[in-house]
Amino acid sequence: MAGTALRRRLGHRRLTARLVETRDETATARTLRFAVPGWPGHLAGQHADVRLTAEDGYTAQRSYSLSAPADGEFVELTVQLVPDGEVSPYLVRDIEVGDEVELLGPLGGWFVWRPEQPGPVLLIGGGSGIAPLRAMLRARSAASPPFRLLYSVRTPSDVYFAGELDSPDVTLLYTREAPDGVERTPHRIDAADLTAYGLPAAEEPTCYVCGPTSFVETVTGLLIDAGHDPARVRAERFGG
Amino acid sequence: MAVFSRAFHGRREQDPALPPGQYLTEDFPVLSAGPTPPVSADDWSFTVTAESGERHAWTWAELMALPAEEPTVDIHCVTRWSKLGTTWRGVSLDVLLEDVDTAADYVLAHSHGGYTTNLPLEDVLDGKAWLAFEFEGEPLEPVHGGPVRLLVPHLYFWKSAKWISGLQLMLDDQPGFWEELGYHNYGDPWREQRYDGD
Ligand SMILES: Cc1cc2nc3c(=O)[nH]c(=O)nc-3n(C[C@H](O)[C@H](O)[C@H](O)COP(=O)(O)OP(=O)(O)OC[C@H]3O[C@@H](n4cnc5c(N)ncnc54)[C@H](O)[C@@H]3O)c2cc1C
Repeated sequence: MAGTALRRRLGHRRLTARLVETRDETATARTLRFAVPGWPGHLAGQHADVRLTAEDGYTAQRSYSLSAPADGEFVELTVQLVPDGEVSPYLVRDIEVGDEVELLGPLGGWFVWRPEQPGPVLLIGGGSGIAPLRAMLRARSAASPPFRLLYSVRTPSDVYFAGELDSPDVTLLYTREAPDGVERTPHRIDAADLTAYGLPAAEEPTCYVCGPTSFVETVTGLLIDAGHDPARVRAERFGG
Repeated sequence: MAVFSRAFHGRREQDPALPPGQYLTEDFPVLSAGPTPPVSADDWSFTVTAESGERHAWTWAELMALPAEEPTVDIHCVTRWSKLGTTWRGVSLDVLLEDVDTAADYVLAHSHGGYTTNLPLEDVLDGKAWLAFEFEGEPLEPVHGGPVRLLVPHLYFWKSAKWISGLQLMLDDQPGFWEELGYHNYGDPWREQRYDGD
């Protein structure tokens, strides 16, 4: 486990972030690109806390994964609308280019992928749980060990980062409705999917599982049943 | 200088029972760093190891034979949810540490699965901490740390180690899992001690 040196390197800051660009991922999710002067950089998989302050001083703060790898003083967050939520509707619907929020981060040093880390990588995401996994996928280079991504989504219109995922290393697992030409009948991820599209436990991949709590519980259970060492299974639970 | 977020209008009332930055939840979110380890009551045990190396151990049956309490407490997760008025059943650490001879000022809680978290010893004594095995009248579910978790409600909930397996008494403080990774060493929700440096 990490020592003090690491903790210092991961030390966070509270900075002002200005929205510079937005991209709709689905009808209810969008990616926000912020310019953050002073941002120290981050590891793929870390998150940041967004703090909103209303004119009357009221504040609300929530965690969001950094959905792109380190890129100078720019960061990206990808937010799914939680109906009735306090913060996500603001980030998905109301905030406009030029608006400012406070960002605290980078945070978290466990659910991270480091380029110098040996061994293959198995990423399994559900819904907005794709956000930190996308940062890991994009952080790899030609020299990186094998990566495999399984991404569970309801329907084709629920896919985030659609343009980027067309790769033999990526399998979309549709749970409700699949596009034409996909043979797998829509269903929730199961043991057969792990065998067919994952990486075998014998190859000792580090497994990163992210999504709603129930999804993470199911998938980590399947991984353990398939023989993956619990010490190599890392999870990030978004709640819900 | 505060940064205002245009067009954000906070609308949640801040309940005075909630520490700053927390919101109320009615469900019970699950947060852990890894998978839920399968720990059955039959193979569960709890060991207190003093700084001298002296060990005191309890099996599930031995824990059940000790006097239990039913604390009703508020709990606060660093990820900002709080639950108010949760009722647990468990054995006070005062009972378990009664016969332990120590000069230690700190404890490191160890869990099945390798998780650790550190606390000052005085924060687990005098009715402030329990080994909890029931939540709202039901056996504690595995995702919430069952069969037995530490319950230290006055600190952020990552201090309430799930799947607890032991306490190591220490003369000197030593950070645990999240404390090594940039979270606050103490974690008082009322002082918003979330991250290192807060
Ligand atoms: C480490 C971490 C990383 C995260 N990364 C992302 C990310 O990359 N993208 C993303 O979209 N979200 C992410 N989340 C979830 C995010 O922090 C918020 O919880 C979510 O956006 C809902 O906030 P809200 O203010 O809109 O809703 P709230 O006002 O908090 O709650 C609205 C309703 O939903 C319930 N609720 C509360 N929290 C959640 C939750 N997390 N999920 C579902 N229901 C909830 C409440 O009980 C309430 O009824 C992450 C969470 C964590 C802990």
